[in-house]
Amino acid sequence: MAFKIIASQCTQCGACVFECPSGAIKFEGEIYVIDPDKCTECKEAFDTQQCASVCPVPKTCVPD
Amino acid sequence: MPEPMISLESLTSTTSFDQLLATAKSGGCASSSCGSSAKPNDMDSAIWEKIKDHPCFSEEAHHYFARMHVAVAPACNIQCNYCNRKYDCANESRPGVVSEKLTPEQALRKVMVVANEVPQLSVLGIAGPGDACYDWKRTKATFEQVAREIPDIKLCVSTNGLALPDHVAELADMNVDHVTITINMVDPGVGARIYPWIFYDHRRYTGIEAARILHERQMLGLEMLTARGILTKINSVMIPGVNDEHLIEVNKWVKERGAFLHNVMPLISDPAHGAYYGLTGQRGPNAMELKALQDRLEGGAKLMRHCRQCRADAVGLLGADRGQEFTLDQIPGEVVYDASKREAYREVVARERGDHVAAKSAATEMVKAAGSGNSLLVAVATKGGGRVNEHFGHSKEFQIYEASPGGISFVGHRKVEQYCRGGWGEDATLDDVIAALEGIDIVLCAKIGECPKDQLTGAGIRATDAYGYDYIETAISALYTAEFGVEPLAAMA
Repeated sequence: MAFKIIASQCTQCGACVFECPSGAIKFEGEIYVIDPDKCTECKEAFDTQQCASVCPVPKTCVPD
Repeated sequence: MPEPMISLESLTSTTSFDQLLATAKSGGCASSSCGSSAKPNDMDSAIWEKIKDHPCFSEEAHHYFARMHVAVAPACNIQCNYCNRKYDCANESRPGVVSEKLTPEQALRKVMVVANEVPQLSVLGIAGPGDACYDWKRTKATFEQVAREIPDIKLCVSTNGLALPDHVAELADMNVDHVTITINMVDPGVGARIYPWIFYDHRRYTGIEAARILHERQMLGLEMLTARGILTKINSVMIPGVNDEHLIEVNKWVKERGAFLHNVMPLISDPAHGAYYGLTGQRGPNAMELKALQDRLEGGAKLMRHCRQCRADAVGLLGADRGQEFTLDQIPGEVVYDASKREAYREVVARERGDHVAAKSAATEMVKAAGSGNSLLVAVATKGGGRVNEHFGHSKEFQIYEASPGGISFVGHRKVEQYCRGGWGEDATLDDVIAALEGIDIVLCAKIGECPKDQLTGAGIRATDAYGYDYIETAISALYTAEFGVEPLAAMA
């Protein structure tokens, strides 16, 4: 399983990028995207998904 | 009417560099010795050296020096009920708002272009649009690159304080000697009504627990800065019914921990901005409520009264944002920094400032000597240099001064919609200006038409252009003595 970013709501602050323990988030062109192959949902690293916890906009960083 | 010794008006133009240099080199005394006389008597010399060119940390410097913010730090680690960074309008001034985010490399080019074009520039700040200490890598990279190219520019950051303790040592290493922390509460119960959540130590906290962590980190950060001799300004947002009374307690706490300046700002709350408070109808304070609270805080931590709540990408003198002249599409790919304009400007200011301080102290003595128990609230139209030098109709804000038995003091500013556009004025706009000038006795400006003057008079506000181009304090002292003072000697004889 992986998380995804709803691009239309994203403010592009980039906080998710530096909290992601798997290096799964990149800025591509105009949007932030999560690589589903790299995303671990922070299992074994943290209790909660870091990207979703730091994201300032509700329901923008969500399970795919 | 005396002519100004040196017209600072010419210095605000970016086109006449030769003229600027000619003014700087002509006549007068050696620049460095005159300028030093501008130090207020009650201030330590070392502190004065740190703040004398910083428009936000020194009320006196804000007449002469400009700051710029580069929006390199968009990521934030807390959510505030008054903040929404999604919305941007080029015409509004509001913390957190930017038109474009920059990489550290883009920021470096922008700072060099502004340093070449705006001779008043003395300070580079990073104030978001997120948090400068949380988005630390970009903040640090920007400071390091700029300091290499423009070693004399002062660096400062604005932060919510949560990540501050992690970076105090690096801030000190980079010679960042001005830091602003936004502290809205010292009681986590109050904080829970302002902050819905924080992100700390890899998890999101909410409620009282979130506010308690934030409070503890803010106090720790402030104490660490004080221990290293870094000047700290505290910003507090005044939210009526939430923390307005509580800010008296906040003022005590931050004073005890060595804060240099306390800046109480009014909540900006407009449903159109989309922030929680705007949507729930939480109102901001009006100008007189803000002043009443600031007056109650006198005697505590020193108050800042000249804050313009600027954007996170503001450029120029406080109150005159030139950010739109320096958007990325107007900045060349290759930029070379040229120090000459900033150096020439400093020479002129050093002389002008000594003169201004002398005029100010004479004016204060005149007001005190008038022996009147009355006070006068005066609104001044100015575009810098400490003079009454802006037309009434061109003003986007008025600076407010109070003359009282204690002397002359700056008490704040009132923003207005520019009344005159292209030679004619809008009546509806004038009504708004009159409303914004509530409580003001007299308006001073460089020029005003008969029509707006009459309408102001009808609303109980007098306006005059008789003191155009005088120093602000000189004009106010003349007004005050005419109003309340003893009769001139000739008349008494």
